[in-house]
Amino acid sequence: MNGVFDLGGTDGLGKVENDHMSEPVFRADWEKRAFSMFAQSARAGLFNVDQFRHGIEKMDPAEYLISNYYEHWVHTVEHYAEAAGVLDPAELEARTRHYLENPDAPLPERETDTEIVEFVDWAVTNGFPAHRESDKVAQFSVGDEVVISSESPYGHTRRARYIRGRRGVISAAHGTYLYPDTAGNGLGDCPEHLYAVRFTAAELWGPETADPNGANYFDVWEPYLSHAAATTPQGARS
Amino acid sequence: MTESRPEPIRTDTRLNTQEEITARVKALEALLIEKGVMTTAAVDRLAEIYENEVGPQLGARVVARAWTDPEFKQRLLADASAACRELGIGGLQGEEMVVVENTDTVHHVIVCTLCSCYPWPVLGLPPNWYKAPPFRARIVREPRTVLDEDFDFPVPETVEIRVWDSSSELRYWVLPQRPAGSEHLSEAELAELVTRDSMIGVGAPRPVGSGAAA
Repeated sequence: MNGVFDLGGTDGLGKVENDHMSEPVFRADWEKRAFSMFAQSARAGLFNVDQFRHGIEKMDPAEYLISNYYEHWVHTVEHYAEAAGVLDPAELEARTRHYLENPDAPLPERETDTEIVEFVDWAVTNGFPAHRESDKVAQFSVGDEVVISSESPYGHTRRARYIRGRRGVISAAHGTYLYPDTAGNGLGDCPEHLYAVRFTAAELWGPETADPNGANYFDVWEPYLSHAAATTPQGARS
Repeated sequence: MTESRPEPIRTDTRLNTQEEITARVKALEALLIEKGVMTTAAVDRLAEIYENEVGPQLGARVVARAWTDPEFKQRLLADASAACRELGIGGLQGEEMVVVENTDTVHHVIVCTLCSCYPWPVLGLPPNWYKAPPFRARIVREPRTVLDEDFDFPVPETVEIRVWDSSSELRYWVLPQRPAGSEHLSEAELAELVTRDSMIGVGAPRPVGSGAAA
C-alpha cells in the first residue's frame, strides 16, 4: 500500500535526534513489555513478521508520524489479537481504566508456565530464516540492467515508492525467499528469487539534485523486476 | 494484484501521556497473560537479553576479529552469518547477515525506510533515531548532508556513499576501517574502539588513545 510509513526521500521531517550512543535500550518499563509482545504473539500464531509490519502500515498516518515507536507495536498486536478473537476491545478499555485508576494493581499470575521463556531463548538464538527452497529458475543475474515495476498494490509490499519505475543493476543474487507481497497479506510464503539492486543516486533523485558520488542499494523480489533492455519507456510504467 | 483496499487499523484511542500508555500496555499484557499468549517471565527474559547480553559489543568483537585475522575477514565478507556463528553470534533478526566493508573510496550506511529492520544479533535493538521518520526519510536522499550535519561525520566528496535499504530479511551492517595507529593493539583493545554508530555507518570507530580502549 502507499502510505506515510514509506518514508524514503520524504523532505521536511527535521533533524535526526542523534542520541550520541547514550540512550538506554528501553526508555520506560512499558517499552520492554511492548517489545516482548512481538515474539510472544508471533509464537501464539497471531501474525507473521510481514503481517505485523502491515498492521503498523495501516495505522492512522498522523498517529504513525508522531507516536513513539513501540506504540506502533502495541497497535498492531492489538489489531491481530482482536482479529484472532483473543482480545475484546471493550475488555481492553475496561482493563486500561482499571490500571489507570490503580497503577500498582498487579498483573495476573501465570508463572508456572515456563514454555514461553524456553521459546524466547530458542527464538533469540535461532531466529526464523526467511530463505525458502524453490525450483524456480532465476530470471536475472548479477550485472543485469533492470527496471523496477511501478505496480502499486493495495496490500503489503516492500516496493518503496522511491525505487518504482527506476533503473538499476543487479549487484547480488541471494536465492529464493518467502515473498512479503503474499506472506504479509495472509497468502502464504510463495518463494521468489531475491536480488540486491544498485541504483545511482542520480537515477533516483535526478542528476541536478542527487549527490554525484552516491548509490542506493535495495533488495527486490523477482516479480518487482523486468529486464531494462526489453523494456520500452511505456513498459517501464506498466 | 487483487488485494482489497487496506482498512485502517483501530488507533482511535490516542495514548497521550506516559500514564495512559503504561496503563494500556499493562492492560494488554494482563489480557494476553490470561489467554496464555504471554508470561511476565518471558517479558523479563527478553528484556534481560537485549539489555545485557545482545548488543553492539558483539558486533565489535566480530569487527576486531576481522581487523586482526584476514582469513576471518574474507569469510565475514563472503558469508557474514557463518563467520559470526564461529564466534557464537547470530539469531533473531540476523538470521542472514551481509557485511559491507568501508574503504578509502567507499563508505556504507544502513537504513530501513519502510520499517526499522536492524541486525539485532550484532547491534542489539536500534536506537530511536534509527526508527524515527527523519533518518529513514533523509539518509537515502541526502546521506552526505545527514552524516555531516546530524552526526558530525563528514565524508569527503571523493568517497562514494552507498546506502543499503534493508527491505528484505537480509540484515546489512558495516565493517568500518581500522583506525590509524592501532597496529599495537590487541583484538580485545580493538573491540573497545568499535562503536555502534560505526557499524551502522553514521560514525567512525573511536580514535586510538581516546580513553575508551584503556
